[in-house]
Parts: sequence; structure tokens; C-alpha cells
Amino acid sequence: MTTVTAAATVVAGTATAEPVISVRDLWKIFGPGASRVVGSPDADLSRAELRRRTGCTAAVRRLSFDVARREVFVVMGLSGSGKSTLVRCLTRLVEPTAGQVLFEGEDVRGMDDRRLRELRRRKFAMVFQNFGLLPHRRVLDNVSYGLEIRGAGKPERYARAQEVIDLVGLQGYETAYPDQLSGGMQQRVGLARALAVDPDVLLFDEPFSALDPLIRRGMQDEVIRLHHEVGKTMLFITHDLSEALKLGDRILIMRDGELVQCGTPDQLVGAPADDYVRDFVRDVAKSHVLTLRWIVRRVTPQDALDGPELSPDVVIRDAVRQVIQAGRPVKVVENGALLGVVDSAGILGVIAAEPQGDPP
Amino acid sequence: MTVLVAAPGLRRPSRGVLVGAVLAAWLLLFVALRGQFTLSAGGPTVVPTWLQHLKDGADGQRNTSPLFLYGFNEIRVAIDPLFTNVQGFFLRLGWLGCTVLAAALGLVFAGWRMMLLALAGFLAFGVLGLFGESMDTLALTLTSVLIALVIGIPLGIVAGNSDRFQQVLTPVLDLMQILPTFAYLPLITLCFLIGPASAVIATVIYAAPPVIRLTSAGIRNVAPATTEASRSLGATRWQTVRHVQLPMAKRTIVLGINQTMMAALSMATITALIDAPGLGKTVLKALSREDVGAAFDAGLCIVILAVVLDRVTTAASQRAADIGRSGRATSVTARPAIALLALVAVVVAAQLPRLTARVSLLFPDGWVHPIRPAVNTASRWIELHLFSTTEAIKNGVTYRLINPLQTLLGDSPWWLLVLVVAALGYVLSGVRIALAAAGCLVGLPLLGLWPSGMITLASTLVGAVSAMVIGVVVGVWTGRNDLADRILRPFLDAGQTMPAFVYLIPGLALFGATRFTGIVAGVIYASPVVIKVVNEGIRDVSPSTIEAAVASGSTPWQVITKVQLPMARPHLLLAFNQGVIYVLAAVIVAGLVGGGGLGLDVINGFSQVSLAGTGLAAGIGIVLLGIMLDRITQGAGRRRAGSDVALGAH
Amino acid sequence: MAITRVNARRLTGTLALVLASAAALAGCGAAKVDTAGGSSPAGSASAAAGSAAACGTVNIAVNPWVGYQADAAVVAYLAKNKLGCTVVKKDLKEEVSWQGFETGQVDAVLENWGHDDLKKTYITDKKVAVEAGPMGAMGIIGWYVPQWMADKYPDITDYKNLNKYASIFKTSESGGVGQLLDGDPSYVTNDAALVKNLNLNYKVVVGGSEAALIKSLQTATDQKKPLLFYFYEPQFALSKLKIARVSLPPYTAGCDAVPAKIACDYPPYVLDKVVSTKFANSGSRAYQLIKNYRLTNDQQNLIASYIAEQNMSDDEAAKKWVDANPDVWKSWLPTG
Repeated sequence: MTTVTAAATVVAGTATAEPVISVRDLWKIFGPGASRVVGSPDADLSRAELRRRTGCTAAVRRLSFDVARREVFVVMGLSGSGKSTLVRCLTRLVEPTAGQVLFEGEDVRGMDDRRLRELRRRKFAMVFQNFGLLPHRRVLDNVSYGLEIRGAGKPERYARAQEVIDLVGLQGYETAYPDQLSGGMQQRVGLARALAVDPDVLLFDEPFSALDPLIRRGMQDEVIRLHHEVGKTMLFITHDLSEALKLGDRILIMRDGELVQCGTPDQLVGAPADDYVRDFVRDVAKSHVLTLRWIVRRVTPQDALDGPELSPDVVIRDAVRQVIQAGRPVKVVENGALLGVVDSAGILGVIAAEPQGDPP
Repeated sequence: MTVLVAAPGLRRPSRGVLVGAVLAAWLLLFVALRGQFTLSAGGPTVVPTWLQHLKDGADGQRNTSPLFLYGFNEIRVAIDPLFTNVQGFFLRLGWLGCTVLAAALGLVFAGWRMMLLALAGFLAFGVLGLFGESMDTLALTLTSVLIALVIGIPLGIVAGNSDRFQQVLTPVLDLMQILPTFAYLPLITLCFLIGPASAVIATVIYAAPPVIRLTSAGIRNVAPATTEASRSLGATRWQTVRHVQLPMAKRTIVLGINQTMMAALSMATITALIDAPGLGKTVLKALSREDVGAAFDAGLCIVILAVVLDRVTTAASQRAADIGRSGRATSVTARPAIALLALVAVVVAAQLPRLTARVSLLFPDGWVHPIRPAVNTASRWIELHLFSTTEAIKNGVTYRLINPLQTLLGDSPWWLLVLVVAALGYVLSGVRIALAAAGCLVGLPLLGLWPSGMITLASTLVGAVSAMVIGVVVGVWTGRNDLADRILRPFLDAGQTMPAFVYLIPGLALFGATRFTGIVAGVIYASPVVIKVVNEGIRDVSPSTIEAAVASGSTPWQVITKVQLPMARPHLLLAFNQGVIYVLAAVIVAGLVGGGGLGLDVINGFSQVSLAGTGLAAGIGIVLLGIMLDRITQGAGRRRAGSDVALGAH
Repeated sequence: MAITRVNARRLTGTLALVLASAAALAGCGAAKVDTAGGSSPAGSASAAAGSAAACGTVNIAVNPWVGYQADAAVVAYLAKNKLGCTVVKKDLKEEVSWQGFETGQVDAVLENWGHDDLKKTYITDKKVAVEAGPMGAMGIIGWYVPQWMADKYPDITDYKNLNKYASIFKTSESGGVGQLLDGDPSYVTNDAALVKNLNLNYKVVVGGSEAALIKSLQTATDQKKPLLFYFYEPQFALSKLKIARVSLPPYTAGCDAVPAKIACDYPPYVLDKVVSTKFANSGSRAYQLIKNYRLTNDQQNLIASYIAEQNMSDDEAAKKWVDANPDVWKSWLPTG
């Protein structure tokens, strides 16, 4: 199997022209004298070593990335990798220790309280792992909370809340109290609350990890649907690789506060940056993630070129039937240019290397 | 050193053995050194003299010094009308208006059962002939609660949101709660003179801690995710406090308000000593005339007031929470109608005396039937027929327990006692506690109060041990028997809300003006708390552990002594700690009825200008003694935040 | 929503109160103490009756012994029923009552026992009180034993022999030496100094009240129990209980100048009346009444026995006496 290495080059922060969020050299260190660590030789210590020496914990270290408009950007890592801290640094729910956070070019760290509040009220909205609903308020009042605190009148905010409630499928539960709802329904309320303020960016902090698998899958589909309908920029935190692969346009993998790899799902699966990522993606059914681009091979003189044509962005799984039925190499054509061919041997090579059992 | 290392068989002896060793050493040294270095004269009088000068100085400058003119006097002038307005409001409302108002509030906020309770309670005030006095006490309590809330809830909110503030505040609140009520009074009269304003201030100081603590605890218990969600939506601090923290902490805060109210009531009666009006005055007067019947009437009114306030506020908070939760349409729409009806009833009741001469503002004389005569008859009968019995009990305990202990404490060299306290503190809780406790004890001779302190200490220890014995017996019983628990609990709840004051009455009737009366009052006062904590400890033992013990063939006695009591040890320690603090409070108040010791010094300070310095010093001495006892008895079982708040209020 | 609305309303209410008290704070300039207490209305409901216009309110301190209570009962009854005053009785200890002159809480003390130090402070120095003349009765303070003891041990009435008898006065409260029982801690007493300076093997035990003293005396008389105690006249209980005085070193002028060094008997007291300067200058008819009233020891004892022994209320006792003795009190009333 030959791979086209150029496609796997990973550059954190490659994105379209004007990123919505731009993070540069971001640090968050908890502990006494945290601000002195950045820039000192201690900053290069491993996390455990740093804690031993200074008593500080580096939650986020030297992180840089961009999020493009309308993109679903997933940050993935195990618990303790700093991903939740990272997302909180974006709107300074957690105050960063050093580095830069730009929102539409404006320096978030330089904002005063008023401006920051304005940002939180209009531009960002967040969905939390434990929902963070107000138990003493009905669904309707929970959803309209964000509008209420920015001063919207009651008719206005109820009208808007009702719209969003319909959008997330909570009709009929407007007057229920949160603890009368199932976990999935509660998170719909959380989602509706975030959508109600019509933010530019939705931040999701492991929103579905407290839910049962079946409900989780439903909610993931819901997010995909909403993304199609409202087209918001989304930044999604998860520890679940399959969730990351399913939702993410691009995925950033974190370990011990540091960036390990950032790229599209097929880049991660096809070209893991190191053993850590490789270990992570080992169980992934590659045929479900990789596209033909990853198995295209150069045309040899023996190849008959009268077979069907496919785009390089077709996922392998979706090409299996056609390639095998064709019985000869299938041309991979992008913008009229022939990139190469794919044959059944190449496809079967990918599938045969997959782990047994159902893909997640 | 090397010897110890070389002998691995030597184990550090258990705490019990060490405590025993300390006590044994004390006894030996006592026998050897008895009567030497005793400070029977009290110690140097520098501090009381200085305090006397301070007091005289304050009296001289009350109308000249800026500290008074723009400080204390201003506060006094601000608080006085607050109280007199509430008091005046009740007066203008008349007995019928007050009663209907109480019933109406009960109905609107807590349901018809509480309406009946309030109605019955207020009528009882009238029937006992103490309606005006009861309203005065209520006015004092409500004024103090109001101020306590206005100060306490914001403080609690800040403490709930700031770790640093919480850290500073906690020891202060601890101190405020372990201090016997008496200890504040001299200092407060120094600044604010006697009268209702001082009474309100003293009551606020005593009553504010529960609401501060519980507000903070409530806010801290709000799930961080929720506050974060609110912040993430761009809420200001105040918006988060108002829309998220306060509503979610509401139940806890209301519990705090309830506890504050109970604490305020118990303090408000004691402030009769500094000339606050109300039931406390009646009790005080009755005590000084040994009129057990009159004291009983007033005591009963205090009990009724406590029960009504406690039950109504508890029911109201319960109900508010229920309605808030279910959002049931019926109650929401029905309540304004009921409220309107209740309002009309109150207005009519208040206006009746002005419309018709047949209804007076004062409770009708013909309906007044105090139980004083009956009680006095009974008490005379007891005096006549049981005198030898009660006298024998009193003398037995006094000669066998109190006097020997007092001799042991008072005739030991003072430094020996300090060493013993330090050693006990060290064995039980470590160096810091040992130093703190010993330091407190050294303060007593510095204040010139050694003998008084020893009298109080002896009484407190005897009372605390007695309360502990009762507490363990009853606590184990109710801990193992659900029926007993259910039957006893309301009495314990009610008993816990009574001011220590009230318990002096039966003691006085039976045993006259002696130290023993104070101890009896202390034991009655402390028992409910001790029983409850022991009960909780027994119930906390996991059923599977008991099952295992039973399965291996243990007798009930073995289960109690080998499983339940050892496992309830932290609770037992806490129970003893609480017992000591409660008994101390009661023993101090018993200075009023022959209890002697520091309590008497405080009262003397109120009564004789020339003894004011000693009175102030005694107030400080009580504080020191309280801290010392608290620190030592806290022992291994550090206080637990949650349930302890509920227990701490007395 | 209902809940939050209620909260909001409650909040507004609270806020209003805070503002009100803040306004009260800011409103006045420097606050002197006598402006503070003066405005307090009637303590309990008893004061609401009567037409206040003719006389106004008079605050009478009531010190804790029945004799004083009797004085106050009569004066209050007359002030209310003959002058139409509003009378507020305040149960206060002696020295606290004097402080009341300064704070405005007390207008009159009806039976003052000496207290030259307080007179200096409040009358001479601070000028907040003035004397209103003797109240008629003569006060005696001393140490006593029940009469049966004097009969049985004739020499016990001399203090020099007290140590001989110390052991029979021992009680559970006296810690190995004899007990000298005192009354209310606020009473005028030099007993601790006396015991010390006369080298007596006794300990002062505070019973706490006049009632405790009388009860102990009663028991000691009935059951023939030894008792050495502090007592005083006028005293209603002495009509039934017979006692004998223990002689102490005789009083000489100035022998009680230094409290800690006192080793002489109590002086005889001419009991007198003291009123606040403000009250004396107010022209109140009640002031005239208080200035004029006088009771002999016997008269006071009689009224006190109505209260303490016949369980009458203050007003009942006063009425009974007033109705029976118009000649005595008629002359007290202000003329005109």
C-alpha cells in the first residue's frame, strides 16, 4: 500500500483565510506563582516534574490553533489532558496564564469586564457536561436565562426561547422543571439555552459524556442536524474518539496540556503523528474514515483506464462495492486531473487491517 | 532515643491510657502540693482595675468622646427606633390584631395547621396573662433577626464566593457560637449602655452566625457547573448571585434563618439582664422573688413562642420549596385569594377595638388564667414533703462530686492545672491545641478570676459528664429503637430551642439557690443535643456491620459496646464537646440563682458600679474558659461542616 | 416565577429598611445618650391606659425588694388614678437605675439607700439628677440570726464570738467554713470586706434575692436550722419572723471610706428620693407627688405584706392601703 505523504502533513492552525478563533502560545498553569513559570526554564519540564519542583500544574501548555468560521472543531484528549481548561480559557471562565486568544481578531485577554461580558452574552454560548441548569426554573425560563440577563423583555425572550425549544425538540416540556426530565432531555435544554442567545460560536464541553450510549448517539445526530440548519461555528470537547471523528471537521488531540496532533479525521487515522495518536486510533475502522486519496496509487502501464471515475474524497467504505464490482482499477479524478487509480487489492488491504468487531 | 529505637516492642500507648496517666499524675501532685501556689485571692487585679478605669472612662466620655458621639451612640440611636416601632406596631394592633395577624401569616405561608398552632399559641400568651410581655419579646426577636439577616446574608454571600473571606470569617463565627450568651453583655453595655438597643445588638451578635454559615454553605453547595453556565452566558456577579446562587441556596438559607430566629429568641430573653423588656424580665423578676409559678408562666410563654416560630418557619420553608418545585397551578392561584382574605381579617381585627368598646386592645381580664397559683401550690407541696429528698440529692451530689472536684481544681497549684490542661490537649489533639488551651487557662489568673473560674469549671465538668451519661444511655436507646426515637424527637427539638434561662426554674423550685441548681439546668439544657448527636452516631453505623456482628452471635450488649459505641466515637466526642459548651452556658446563667463563679461576677458587674471591671473581666474569662473547653474536647473529632452548623446553635 | 417575584418584593422591603436605618443614621448629627432612650414607648401593655395629657409619662425605677415595690405601688397608683399620669415601672437594680437618669430611661428613684458615690457622680458632677428629700422610712442594714439562736447561744450576737460557732453555719455551698448568706448581688453590702477584715472563718454565699433570704430565714426558724444572714429594715417579713442582730464594731463617720478596708457596722440610713433633673424641671404634677410622698417603716411594711404575703397585685395592694388611709396621702397631691 502506498500513501501520499503530502496529504498527511500536519500543520496546526491551517485554516481558511479569516479564523473566528485564533489561539497562540496559550498557557494555563494552576498553582502558586504560576505566572513566573512561563518563560522560565521550568516551562520545559514535564508536567509531573513541574509539579514536583514548583507545586504548579500546567493544564494547558504552549497551545496554538485556529478555528474557521462554520467549522466543527473538536478538541480531544483523555481526562486531565487540559481540554476543559482550554475551552474555558477562550472566554476567560478560566483566566489564561499567558499567550493570546483572538476572537475575530480582537484580543480576548485584553478585554475589560464589560466587553468580556458582552462577548459571553452575544458571541459565545456554552453547553456543559453536567448541564448546569437552574433547578428552580422551568424549561422555558432556563432557556431564556441568557436573554434575561442581557436585559431582554419578557415577551421577546419567551418568543425566542419558544423558537429554540421547537428547534431542539422540546415542545410540550416548556413548563417542566429540569429534574422532571431525563438526562438527554436536560441536555436539550442546555443546548437550547446556548442557541437562544444566537451566538457566533457554540462551545461544547463534553456535553454527552453523562448520557447513555444510545441517547448520546441521538444527540450527536442532533448536533449534526443543527449544524446543518443554523451553521454555527462549533468547538467541541470530548474524550470519545468516535464522537470526535463523527462530528469533527478537524480534530485537535491533547495530551498533558500539549498539542499532539491537529488535523482532519482522515489525517489523524491515516497519518498519526506519534505512537500516542497511533495507539488512540488503532481500533478505528480505517475504511470508515480514510478516503480514496489515502490509497490511490500511481498508474502503471498495466492498468486499464476504462473503469469508472471516483473523487479522491470518497470514503473508502463507500467505494468498496463499486471498486470490487468494477473488477479493474478505478480512476481517481480531482478537478479533471487524474490522481491515480484504486483497485480492490488496495481497498481490501485497508479493510483486512481493521480490528474485528463492529466499529463504534 | 536509641533505647526507643532498640525496643521495637514498645508501642505508643493508646490515648485512653495517656489521659489516665495525666490524671493520675495530677492526683499525685495534688496530694503532694495541695494548698500551695493556689491563687485563692484571685491573682493580680491589674486587668480588672484597668477595665474598671475603662468603664469609668467610658461613662465619663459618653457625651464627649467622638467614638461615642459618632460611633456607639449613633448605632444606639439608629437601632432604638427600629425596636420601638416594631413594639409600637404590636401595641397598636392590639391583642386581637396580633393574634389574627399571626394566624394569617401561618395560614398564608405555612398552611392551616400552622394557622391553628399560631392561633393557639397567641391565645395562650393572653390566657397566661403575659400577652404584652410576649409581644415585647417577639418584637425584640424580630428586630434582631431582621438586622441579623440584613448583615448576615450579604456576609454569607461574600463568604460563599470568596475562600479567603470564608477563612477569615470561620474562626470568628466559631467563637461567636461557643461563647455563652452572658459573656457579651458586659462589653456591650460598656459601649451601648443598657436598654433595648443593647439587647438587640447582643442578640444580633449571638444570632447572626447560623444564617451567615448556612448562606455560605448553601452557596457553596450550588453545583459549580450551574454558576459557570451562568457566567458563560455573560451574567454579572450580582446576576449570578441573584438568579442562580440565592434561589438554589434558598432552602439552606431558610434553615439558617430558622436557626437564627431560635438563637435570637433565646438570647432576647436573657437580655432582660440589661433591661430589655419582655418575658425574660418576667422570668428574672420571678427568679428574684422565688416565685416559681410566675417564672413557670413566663417560661411556658417562651416555650410556646419558640415552638410557634420554629414550626411556622420550618413549615413555610418546606412549603415554599414544594411549591417552587412542583409549580402546581392550584396553590399559586389560590394563595393570593387566601392572602387577601387573611389581610382583611387582620385589618378588621385591628380596627375592632376602635369601632366597638366591647373589644379592647388589651387581652380581656376575664380570660386570664395563669397557672401560677397551681404551680406555686405544687411547689410549696414539694417543698414541704420532698424537701428532705431534694436536699439529700443536692447535698449528696454537692459533697461527693462538686466540692471534691472544686477542691481538686482550686487547691491544686495553678501552674499544675495549666500543665494538666496542656498535657490533655496534647494527648487529645496535638501541640497547637495544647498551647491554645493552656494559654486560655493562664488568662484566668491574669484576669484575677482564678477561684471564680474554678467554681465554674467544676460545675461545668460535673454537668457535662452527667449530660453525657444521660445522652449516651438515651441516645443508644433511641438509636436502636425507631419508636422511641419518633416519640422523643419532638421533645428534643423543642428542648433544643429553649433558652438556658428557662431550665433554671424547675431547678430552683427543687433545689433552691445553689450551684447544684445551675448544674441541673445545664444538664437539662445540654441533654437534647447530646442525645441527638449520640443517636446520629449510632444510626450512622452501617447495617451490614451490625448484621455481621449479630450473625457471629453477639448479644445486644456486645453489639452496643463492641460495635456501635466504638464506631460512633467521633460522634461521642462531638457530643461531649457540645455538652460541655451547653452546660457552660447554663452554669454561667445560673449565677443568677446562687450558681456562683464567673456568672455571679458578671451579674455583680451589672449590679455594682465598683464591680464593673470584674464583670467585664469575667466576661472575658468566660470566653477563655469556653475556648479552652471547646478546643480540648474537640479532640480527634474535628467538626464536620454540615451537620455541625445545625448543632452549633444554642 | 411566583417565587422570584416574592423574593423581589421581600428584597425591596429589606432594602427599604436598610435605607430607612441608614437615613436615621445620617439624619442626626452627634448623638448624645439622653436622646436615645427617651422616646421608648410604654414597655408592656399596662401603660396604655389613662389620659396622658394631664401629666405625661413618668418612669419609675423599681429596685428588687418588696419594700420598694410597695413604695412604687402606692406612688404609681396615685399618679395614675389621681393625676392621670402614664406610669412606666422599670425593674432595675439600684446602680443601674442611676445610669437611667443619664440615659433618660428613669425619672425617679423612690427609695435610695445612701450611695454617696453615685450622688457625687450623677448629682454633683453630671448634674443629671437631683435629690427630692427623705422618703420617710429609716433604713437599717446588718447581720442577723434567727431569734431562737440568740436564745440558745446568748453570746452569738457579738461578732467576736462568731468564729466559735462557724462550724454550725457550714453548708454545702460554704466550702468548709461558716456561711454568711447575702441577698441580691446589687444590694448595698460590705460583707466580703467585713469577713476578711474581722478575720472571720466565714464565706459570703450569695442567695441571689430578698426572697431567697426570707425563704432561708423561714426554714431556719421553722426547722431550727442555724443561719447567719444579711438583712435590713424596713422589712415586712419581720412581723412574723423574729430575728436578732449581731453587733459589729460600731459605725463611726468615715470608717467606711475605703471599701476594701471596711471593718465597721453599716450606718443607719435616712432613705431618700432622687429624680432626674429633667423630670424635676418638667413641672410635671407627678414630680410634686413624688417630692411630697413619705411612708414610715410600718406603713411600708404593711403594704409590702399585702403584696408578698397576701399575694395581691401592686395595684390591689395600693388601692387597699390608699382607700384606708386618705389622710396620709391627701397632702401629697399637688395643689391647684
